[in-house]
Amino acid sequence: MSTFETVAGIIADTCDIGADTITPESHAINDLGIDSLDFLDVAFAIDKAFGIKMPLEQWTQEVNDGKVSTDEYFVLKNLCANIDKLVAAKSA
Amino acid sequence: MRLEYFQMVDRIESLDPDARTVRASCAVPEQSPIFEGHFPGYPLLPGVLMIETMAQTGGWLVLAIQRFVKMPFLMHVKEAKMRSFVLPGQALIAEAQLLHDGSGFAVVKASISAEGKKVADAEIRYGVVAFPNETLRATMLDTARKVGVPKEYYDAA
Repeated sequence: MSTFETVAGIIADTCDIGADTITPESHAINDLGIDSLDFLDVAFAIDKAFGIKMPLEQWTQEVNDGKVSTDEYFVLKNLCANIDKLVAAKSA
Repeated sequence: MRLEYFQMVDRIESLDPDARTVRASCAVPEQSPIFEGHFPGYPLLPGVLMIETMAQTGGWLVLAIQRFVKMPFLMHVKEAKMRSFVLPGQALIAEAQLLHDGSGFAVVKASISAEGKKVADAEIRYGVVAFPNETLRATMLDTARKVGVPKEYYDAA
């Protein structure tokens, strides 16, 4: 199963969103309407599924500082790329 | 326990950072205005206060692991079960185990037992953020000393 399929499955299960509406281009907040409480559930499930600790506080800080847009972390294809990097770093 | 002040934990009995567990004692008072309404003629510890007790117990664990740099705030109670009535005067043991120390959040599995029998359990999730002000931080440190959180966890705070 690809990273995207795993993440989409987690979002569909956790947030009661139809799997067919979740695409790699979906923005978790703007398109899928995931709120902060649901995102906490999603983050927990992703951390567990991939054995990682997504640095959400660091990512939030980067967005708040204007260094990156929310797209970097909330568009699913970008989120999945970041997850892949964390998984690779863990096994390196 | 001082129910009216939401002081649910009397004493931290053990805190194991390796096993990421905490065990606390909590004595339900014989008298409290809360029992006047819950329920008239049949006083019971409200289930919401059992949840609060589990949340505070797990919260002390999260605070200790974070070395009192950040504060856990209750965000999500999952699959809470009130398995038995809790009466005034009962001695409770509350326990929690950290399931996940995430970035900006934490998850514990918590339970309460009375006379060796589990009376409540739940999975509890916290948002873990910087203390919003110095008053709260100072109060938490003071309470940590009173309930017996080992000094090593807040020494540098």
